[in-house]
Amino acid sequence: MNAAQIVLPALGPALPELILSIGVLVLILYGAFRGERSAEGVNVGALILLVVALFAVMSQSGAKITTLNGSFIVDNFSKVMKALILLGSAATILLSRDYFQRERIDRFEFPILLILCTIGMMVMASANDLISLYLGLELQSLAAYVIAAFHRDNLKSTEAGLKYFVLGALSSGMLLYGASLVYGFTGTVSFPGIVAALDGTAGFGIVLGIVFVSAGVAFKLAAVPFHMWTPDVYEGSPTPVTAFFASAPKMAAMAMTVRLFIGAFPDVTAVWQQIIVFVAIASMALGSFAAIGQRSLKRLMAYSSIGNVGYALVGLAAGSQEGVSGVVVYMMIYLAMTLGAFAVLLSLRRGGQMFETVDDLAGLSRTHPVMAFCLAAMMFSLAGIPPLAGFFAKYYVFLAAIKSGLVALAIIGVVTSVVGAFYYLRLVKVMYFDEPVAAYEPMPPGARIVLGLASVVVVLLGIVPGPIVGAASAAAKSLF
Amino acid sequence: MFGLGILSGLLIVPLCGAAFILTLGEETEASKRNARWAALITTLATFLLSLVAWGRYDATTANFQLVETHAWLSEATRFKLGVDGFSMPLILLTTFLMPFCIGASWLSVNTRVKEYFVAFLVLETTMIGVFCALDLVLFYLFFEAGLIPMFLIIGIWGGKRRIYASFKFFLYTLLGSVLMLLAIMAMYWHAGTTDIPTLLHTRFPVELQTWLWLAFFASFAVKMPMWPVHTWLPDAHVEAPTAGSVILAGILLKMGGYGFIRISLPMFPDASHAFAPMVFALSVIAIIFTSLIALMQTDIKKLIAYSSVAHMGFVTLGLFTMNEQGIQGALFLMISHGIVSGALFVCVGVVYDRMHTREIAAYGGLVKRMPLYAAAMMVFTMANVGLPGTSGFVGEFLAMMGAFRANPTVAFFSVFGIILSAGYALWLYARVIYGKLEKPNLQGILDLDLREKMIIAPLVALTIYYGVHPAPVLDTFAPSTEALMQSMRTALSNTQTAAATLPPASR
Repeated sequence: MNAAQIVLPALGPALPELILSIGVLVLILYGAFRGERSAEGVNVGALILLVVALFAVMSQSGAKITTLNGSFIVDNFSKVMKALILLGSAATILLSRDYFQRERIDRFEFPILLILCTIGMMVMASANDLISLYLGLELQSLAAYVIAAFHRDNLKSTEAGLKYFVLGALSSGMLLYGASLVYGFTGTVSFPGIVAALDGTAGFGIVLGIVFVSAGVAFKLAAVPFHMWTPDVYEGSPTPVTAFFASAPKMAAMAMTVRLFIGAFPDVTAVWQQIIVFVAIASMALGSFAAIGQRSLKRLMAYSSIGNVGYALVGLAAGSQEGVSGVVVYMMIYLAMTLGAFAVLLSLRRGGQMFETVDDLAGLSRTHPVMAFCLAAMMFSLAGIPPLAGFFAKYYVFLAAIKSGLVALAIIGVVTSVVGAFYYLRLVKVMYFDEPVAAYEPMPPGARIVLGLASVVVVLLGIVPGPIVGAASAAAKSLF
Repeated sequence: MFGLGILSGLLIVPLCGAAFILTLGEETEASKRNARWAALITTLATFLLSLVAWGRYDATTANFQLVETHAWLSEATRFKLGVDGFSMPLILLTTFLMPFCIGASWLSVNTRVKEYFVAFLVLETTMIGVFCALDLVLFYLFFEAGLIPMFLIIGIWGGKRRIYASFKFFLYTLLGSVLMLLAIMAMYWHAGTTDIPTLLHTRFPVELQTWLWLAFFASFAVKMPMWPVHTWLPDAHVEAPTAGSVILAGILLKMGGYGFIRISLPMFPDASHAFAPMVFALSVIAIIFTSLIALMQTDIKKLIAYSSVAHMGFVTLGLFTMNEQGIQGALFLMISHGIVSGALFVCVGVVYDRMHTREIAAYGGLVKRMPLYAAAMMVFTMANVGLPGTSGFVGEFLAMMGAFRANPTVAFFSVFGIILSAGYALWLYARVIYGKLEKPNLQGILDLDLREKMIIAPLVALTIYYGVHPAPVLDTFAPSTEALMQSMRTALSNTQTAAATLPPASR
């Protein structure tokens, strides 16, 4: 009798993921039956699902619980990162509606793929062993490859999808190879198991494994030297998809990276710290210098995101609780800044055509003063000028770096941030100092909501930093 | 009120004014007029509020007063405000100059008026914030935040090369200050707090002091600006609108000096002592070199800009003499220069509004048509030269006296600066005001109107008043200076005894 009894694992901690999984199946059925006319309904349904999942995430206690044989972990860190992922996905749906309708590619598959991608990302944030990490990563990636090519009649979009897929598959392979090395040398895939097996020393095989895993992770983060796909994919994808790539998947990739290095290799910091330091420096430098020559706003945001990942990694390089807390603060603020910037980008439409070069922002402060003010706030914030939120993001990661004695990294970081300030300022210059050409159509309502919320976060964070900083330090604490 | 003290009030009032101006509708003549009046009333209200703060301030002690703390980033980094003898006069200078800036841009700014005054009011908040912040992170926040409105002011309402000037201004000062941010972080991890009053009593190890001092120096030297990192200033000055120049010369340049006296000297006494010769050298070079450059200028604003660099050389010279006369003189010079150079830029603005050129060669013989203007300009030129009886004299004289005590050679060379300053300032005056009124387009130039008289008269009065009666300002500085001297003497003698006892111990 006993042998026949099936013991179900505790599924409660995975409630948000289950809600999304079941919900998305219902939406697929609804979409399949109603056909093309269902797009509106599926979008609304997807938005509701994301909001419900967000509530489910927020209602978790934050206490550390593992389930599914220890492969799935829920704690304050996963809670915060999942909330960010869900916010990013929900904002993408808000931003995408108007664009897809006008471009006549308003199909119900987009929100469904987006939700599948979101489930993958949430698993990444909760992964506590190498298998579940890879599962989440692949679910996220596969959905992402498809939505990159969502504008399937557009050459650039399909090219972006293909490029993303080929390079992404390569990087997944590297990650998997690294994971197999780690497994081979430790005999376990679970993060706590790896910690116990390593016992503070890392042999050559483990080092090799960590290097390969890092390469795979760096690809997902779009960090130098595995960033080459970013500008092309960002430019080719439909703009709402670009906004998505720049926001939610970054949260997931960073959550995965932090969890992997802090969760599985906390005692061999010396091995991976130098990798992260190099990647951070290279990303910050490339992000700052390469963006200077860009005329396309989407490419510019691509380089900006590369640079920002570099800054966030400075916190991880510190390898301390303060560092992780800095990373979380950075990602929160980065999410707001990126979504805000893309909300403006998606509003540059005139006469049925989208405009997406830097010069198209000329004189925006005269034609659309509120929009220009908000975008200027985003830019000054991305440049790290106080009292805007971006300053606090950089403040916390560099604070951790200084504590860990990474002074050279911090100095390089702040100097590249001055270089980066140049191209952010250039956007402000174009908007405020140059003469306007013609006004754009009024902002779509979805973009208004996203830009409004993002601006509130970016402008007011300096006065009331308490909630964000508190949540981040609680998240970091749960990893140590 | 609402748990906020009077210093918070000083920060909030300009922001409220700015918010009100933002609500004014489309740019029409009526809304422009409303924006101007709203800005003027706001700055006057702020000035009155700062006078109230001055009334509550006890100038006989060196303690921080009117202190208020609010929760902010963490327990160790709080929103803490307060004033002492160093900051109170600078706050008053800021709030005092602001209404003049609004007045000076009354008619000369005629496009995007709303945004202009909003930028100015936000700038006022950040400047007051720098002087009353009692937390290093908060200090940095205000120090940097001022870049945003100033960038916009230069870039939108500036002259021909405004974009180049605004970028240079922004990036130059940003590069200087990011290193300061890292130093602040290092101090945080060493002392466990960024609270300025606590840090004033924290002794940092000598080697750490050296690095911290250099990082702060990078920021303050650019802001000051000291030779050789002064090149952003002439560009920014020339391109900025009149009121922007007044604020740049009057207040923003003082932030560097304030930073030295608030942070570098008291917190890193050993490093300051060690680096004093370098600062002397840079100051003397600045005084002589930029005075020579000033002689060769053909643009009035540029000439005054270079003379500002030279005067700031006297300020750094005085501060690093580390004796009472030198420091008092430097501080007084900061106040006096704020009034005098601000007034000079207002004067340039007056003729620029009429003729739309700043070329010295385009003027000449103005005294025939503009006697009042010539008289006012005379007072400011003399103050700039440092003629006894004007406020310029007191500061320079004290700073030189301090320099003589500290290092006679340095004092000897810096005297050339005074001679040269007489050269360029008087020559400028002669070329613009005297001579024959032969340029045809100058024939119809009008003397000061009522608005300009109301702006310039108080500045003339103050220049002369502080020249003959500098005591109120000096007395305010005195207790804080004394406390600073006291703490530095103890710190330096401790280090010396430690150094003296170290060799036997190591043997």
